[in-house]
Amino acid sequence: MARIIVVTSGKGGVGKTTTSAAIAMGLAKKGHRTAVIDFDVGLRNLDLIMGCERRVVYDFVNVINEEASINQALIRDKRSENLFILPASQTRDKDSLTKEGVGRVLGALSETFDYVVCDSPAGIEKGATLAMYYADDAIIVTNPEVSSVRDSDRMLGILASKSRRAETAAEPIKEYLLLTRYSPERVRLGEMLSVNDVQEILSLHLLGVIPDSKAVLNASNAGTPVILDDKSDAGQAYADVVARYLGEEVPHRFIEFQKRTLFGRLFGG
Amino acid sequence: MPVNPREQTAHSAVMELKGGSITLPVLKLLSSDMQRVQDQLKLKIHQAPAFFHNAHIVVDLHDLAAGHGDLDFPALLGLLRNLTLIPIGIRGGNEQHHRAAQAVGLAVLADGSYEAGTSPPARLSPQGAAKAPAPSRLIDHPVRSGQRVYAAGGDLIILSQVSPGAEIMADGNIHIYGTLRGRALAGVKGDQQSRIFCMDLQAELVSIAGHYRISENLDDSARGKPVQIYFLNDSLMIEDLSIPARQTHHGRT
Ligand SMILES: Nc1ncnc2c1ncn2[C@@H]1O[C@H](COP(=O)(O)OP(=O)(O)OP(=O)(O)O)[C@@H](O)[C@H]1O
Ligand SMILES: [Mg+2]
Repeated sequence: MARIIVVTSGKGGVGKTTTSAAIAMGLAKKGHRTAVIDFDVGLRNLDLIMGCERRVVYDFVNVINEEASINQALIRDKRSENLFILPASQTRDKDSLTKEGVGRVLGALSETFDYVVCDSPAGIEKGATLAMYYADDAIIVTNPEVSSVRDSDRMLGILASKSRRAETAAEPIKEYLLLTRYSPERVRLGEMLSVNDVQEILSLHLLGVIPDSKAVLNASNAGTPVILDDKSDAGQAYADVVARYLGEEVPHRFIEFQKRTLFGRLFGG
Repeated sequence: MPVNPREQTAHSAVMELKGGSITLPVLKLLSSDMQRVQDQLKLKIHQAPAFFHNAHIVVDLHDLAAGHGDLDFPALLGLLRNLTLIPIGIRGGNEQHHRAAQAVGLAVLADGSYEAGTSPPARLSPQGAAKAPAPSRLIDHPVRSGQRVYAAGGDLIILSQVSPGAEIMADGNIHIYGTLRGRALAGVKGDQQSRIFCMDLQAELVSIAGHYRISENLDDSARGKPVQIYFLNDSLMIEDLSIPARQTHHGRT
């Protein structure tokens, strides 16, 4: 029985796909059979970040329409044998997704996988609500700025009322906050909300803080989930996040402003 | 969403007579020793002065111990009023009690037989009111942006925060044991006696029976404070509850 994780945000461009790819890879590297699904029908991003865009034959919508079997559509990752990608269709729109169809696919994946990661599209429309409907856990990706925080809060409201768990009065979805593109420097300058500010507004369990990092862009250009770049700050931060999600106690990093840089010492910053 | 109060009153009748039930604090008397009653009651009130300030109260005589039959009603009335309570009637007791109560202007209220004899001899208990079936609604999780919560026919109690963009409403009072950042509307069916209480006021809008104030017009001195909001003399009052036991006069007595 797989645990279904939705990576969601409300606001666009905050790092959902980056996070989905990193966490799915991280779980697979820890030995868990993991599938990651692109719910962003019409845009297709996840396969690029996972570096498997040239191996796409069938997609999520084909499986929902029963034009292909799940096994035909799943793409096995070349770096981890535990990881499979179910890409989105670029030629359909989000109306191709149905609640029954998504339920059927997730049900089938649940039988053979430990974790299913759902990369949600932005917004609060059908794609996003279907991505979270069947979730057991939700990772709320938030950037440290007011509009992103506000959208996350809105998403949390929808999670609390319009999910399968809410409708069947089951135990509520477990909600985790992931703060991404965090820059302690800009927080210090008052240009960004701090971890504490965001925590106070959302009052949510903090899964981790991912620093704003050039490594993310490099990784996505290379088609490699950034978590595999274990020299980079963002890669390490994502590794911490996966460990914490799996129940390990890992202290938070990359939150404090590093005063003791060479530049800082030379110029008294 | 908030109704304009002026519009509302312009066309409506000036009065209505209706049956209804109100939940009030009940003071259960166990002894006729007025000095001891006063001492213990003083202590209770000291713990939550805002709650008891000008609170209407019913005196329950069901559990008055044997041998304490002789009650000094004028003394009881005096001590309650001194403690800023407004006694309105008694419940239980014997014929003699009823006559004495009526003589000092107290109502004799119908017997709540649901309680009679079942309660253990308790201490002075302002929580007596909680035993009456109050149709209040309790929410123990954050109310998020885009969510609406409505307590029909009673109070709304939120044990968490209310986010910006969230809206909470009640026919009765609203109590928020967290930060209020969204909109809170108490007495939405027109009860001007209803109030809003919150631990940290950062609201987008507060309203009592349609009389509202938006964030922009909130006094900065009340922002970020624990407050109670009520309607008095045609205006919305916001009172800082972190200033202990202030002797404000609400003009009720
Ligand atoms: N920690 C980070 N540091 C720097 N850049 C980042 C970080 N996380 C994400 N980005 C960049 O932000 C952009 C958006 O990221 P991503 O595609 O993961 O967001 P998304 O939430 O999936 O967007 P959409 O809502 O469009 O699906 C990308 O260019 C990505 O490289
Ligand atoms: Mg995306």
